[in-house]
Amino acid sequence: MAGFATTSEKEVIATTVADGSIRPFRFGAPEEDLVELRRRIQATRWPDKETVSDRSQGVPLAKLRRLVEYWGTLYDWRKVEATLNSLPQFITDIDGVEIQFAHIRSAHDDAMPMLMTHGWPGSIIELLKVIEPLTDPPAHGGAAEDAFHLVLPTLPGYGYSGKPRSIGWNPARIASAFHTLMLRLGYPRYVSQGGDWGAIISEVLASHSPGGLLGIHVNMPGTVPADVLRHLRNFDPAPAELSDREKMAYDRLLHFYRDGFGYAAMMNQSPQTIGYALADSPAAMAGYYYEKFAEWTDSDGEPERVFRYDEMLDAITLYWLTNTGASSSRSYWEGAQAGGGPFDAVDIPQLPVAVSVFPAEIYRAPRSWGERSFGNIMYWNEVDKGGHFAAWEQPQIFCEEVRAAFKSLRT
Amino acid sequence: MASETPRKAGAATAVAEETAIRPFRIDVPEEALNDLRRRIAATRWPERETVADDSQGVRLATIQELARSWLNYDWRTCETKLNALPQFMTEIDGLDIHFIHVRSRHDNALPLIITHGWPGSIIEQLKIIDPLTNPTAHGAEASDAFDLVIPSIPGHGFSAKPTSTGWDPLRTARAWIELMRRLGYTRYVAQGGDWGAAITQRMGVEAPPGLLGIHTNMPGTVPDDLWEAVQAGAPTPPGLSAEERRAYQELHDFFADHLAYAVEMSKRPQTLYGIADSPVGLAAWMLDHDPKSYELIARAFAGNPGGLSRDDVLDNVTLYWLTNTGISSARLYWENKFGFFNVQGVKIPVGVSIFPDELYEAPRSWAERAYPKLIHYNRLPVGGHFAAWEQPQIFSEELRAAFRSLRNGRQAR
Repeated sequence: MAGFATTSEKEVIATTVADGSIRPFRFGAPEEDLVELRRRIQATRWPDKETVSDRSQGVPLAKLRRLVEYWGTLYDWRKVEATLNSLPQFITDIDGVEIQFAHIRSAHDDAMPMLMTHGWPGSIIELLKVIEPLTDPPAHGGAAEDAFHLVLPTLPGYGYSGKPRSIGWNPARIASAFHTLMLRLGYPRYVSQGGDWGAIISEVLASHSPGGLLGIHVNMPGTVPADVLRHLRNFDPAPAELSDREKMAYDRLLHFYRDGFGYAAMMNQSPQTIGYALADSPAAMAGYYYEKFAEWTDSDGEPERVFRYDEMLDAITLYWLTNTGASSSRSYWEGAQAGGGPFDAVDIPQLPVAVSVFPAEIYRAPRSWGERSFGNIMYWNEVDKGGHFAAWEQPQIFCEEVRAAFKSLRT
Repeated sequence: MASETPRKAGAATAVAEETAIRPFRIDVPEEALNDLRRRIAATRWPERETVADDSQGVRLATIQELARSWLNYDWRTCETKLNALPQFMTEIDGLDIHFIHVRSRHDNALPLIITHGWPGSIIEQLKIIDPLTNPTAHGAEASDAFDLVIPSIPGHGFSAKPTSTGWDPLRTARAWIELMRRLGYTRYVAQGGDWGAAITQRMGVEAPPGLLGIHTNMPGTVPDDLWEAVQAGAPTPPGLSAEERRAYQELHDFFADHLAYAVEMSKRPQTLYGIADSPVGLAAWMLDHDPKSYELIARAFAGNPGGLSRDDVLDNVTLYWLTNTGISSARLYWENKFGFFNVQGVKIPVGVSIFPDELYEAPRSWAERAYPKLIHYNRLPVGGHFAAWEQPQIFSEELRAAFRSLRNGRQAR
């Protein structure tokens, strides 16, 4: 019954060090895991084709088959693994869970320390393209005074961070752990950035305003006021009192909650149930995550226009190799237990907040909403292209935004 | 997968071919069973849930126990049982429809078409076939006998999978009406729970000549104003009786905490590739239907079965696996535009049985308003969403009682 064993090597290692030490970390997937992945891909049993000629029933069979067939033949995990291992990476125990992170110091001594947090279905892989431009701006059209020291942690239950074994790892607890990480790394003053969960964690952190956090930048801001949320929950049409710009945001949110919320509803309610398929079937995982690449990128539903197969598969393979389909889904359950939704307004009365609005984000936050809950908006800009995975899709625009966002805090 | 008696070439015209009723037998290749066992044994598991209850979905211990049982499970026993029944295939509206057709030996048996639901199949109905067709062997009278037609919904079990859109409950209801006509039944009744309730109620709204009445164990009775409120998650409105408040609360909680699988299937059925590729992924998906059904199934795998045994559950899951119908069945949610629990507008006679562990217990007051010709309303002490499967004896008694007044000669008395 070897197939029923659930303890991974990682879990054994995770329990051994809990002293706050920071240890170097390297990726190194066992070859047999890669062989096993290809074996499973080749044995995929497919369903019949969807009965529509668009993506209204979910990821079309032909699209997923093409991606998964490439995954099982030409795709090479070792390439991204080498890229990851070229970065200084570490692991440290915080609050009883191993937190894996990359820590890239700029050559510029007065660089601004920045915590950058990925989202779902993301990882550090979303952020790879912005590391050099942000740490070494003169080589990428920026100035030395735009430099950042980067700390890129992996959320608990994701990638090579530990999987919590008990409940309570909600955004507030994660935010607190990442604050601890920044202090442990010797950054008493820093800024925080993120999209998706990374935005939520940055906002929670800012609302608690722990000493040392100077400001935040988010590319998926939580701005939807409580009165507007009530209408959304009832699936009402846009309230008449909204401005045109707010109506546009409202209609996108309404569409999202009406049509595109099934994945989140499932993870909010039953992360374990969906977790079995995600753990056992590469095609399940690829389908579940590719759907989001298709729906949330600035690509009219064709993520191949903005990402190479290799890039999408790097992201998916990291989830597969770490068997984190269920554990990452649980972050939604934890979020649901804590209450509130991903776009709900977060009160940040004092701490400086910067926002970049990318056009294909799930909703385009209107500044008028932001002003109701963010008391100190230091920067607000709408850019022309890019979507939910801003750093990954439009790294140059993203880096320019982050530099501009935090400029006023560098004095 | 399945064998059909070859059609007779030559004499039959094209039209006759299309409406022909062909005998059908299930014959799963050994290789499919080996592949299933191989996949179960090779399951890669996630870690266990971080809670000590069912609040994160299907628990690891439950699904692992299911997988262990599945490795020792014998599909051929189920297959033999199914093949002992007269099964047929006929093309209706361009789609092959599979059905069981068991005639009673009693004259004047009442023809009855019973429709399964999701995540169910014809397996749900197996235990009631003999009690309903052969009542004298089960403590009832010859005058209670039914002729039974038990079809598989399009995209489910051995019925064909639609390749284009439009197969919603209404189109299926119309196909069932044609099926009964084709079988020569001019006076008949219909029954169902879950999707079977939706399809049966559509038949009731269509009210074809010959359909005398329907019975459902998951009635649509919620008045329009309350239906809007409960879907929006509103708190219980004032002015309801205790029974109505309870029903409202049950639906409120179901919508708030347990509807995600239905939302995902109604919006992105195709994305659920894992239920085609992973036996355990499919089984878990099917177990997480509603909390009381899950509890009932979990009990079976914890060695303390209630109305469902391990083999009951595995027969049904294996039928879905072998026919690769996880996604094609999910598509019915995508197709459906009717409400599940609200008033459907059935004007012909309706019988209702309320099982306590159903998603909601429809109050008599709502049932009377929903169905102007309510011929039977009864609340049972035990049973849940899969009433025929869980409580076949009670269920059979309910159908006999519900339809008694519609039988030949009875109305005249």
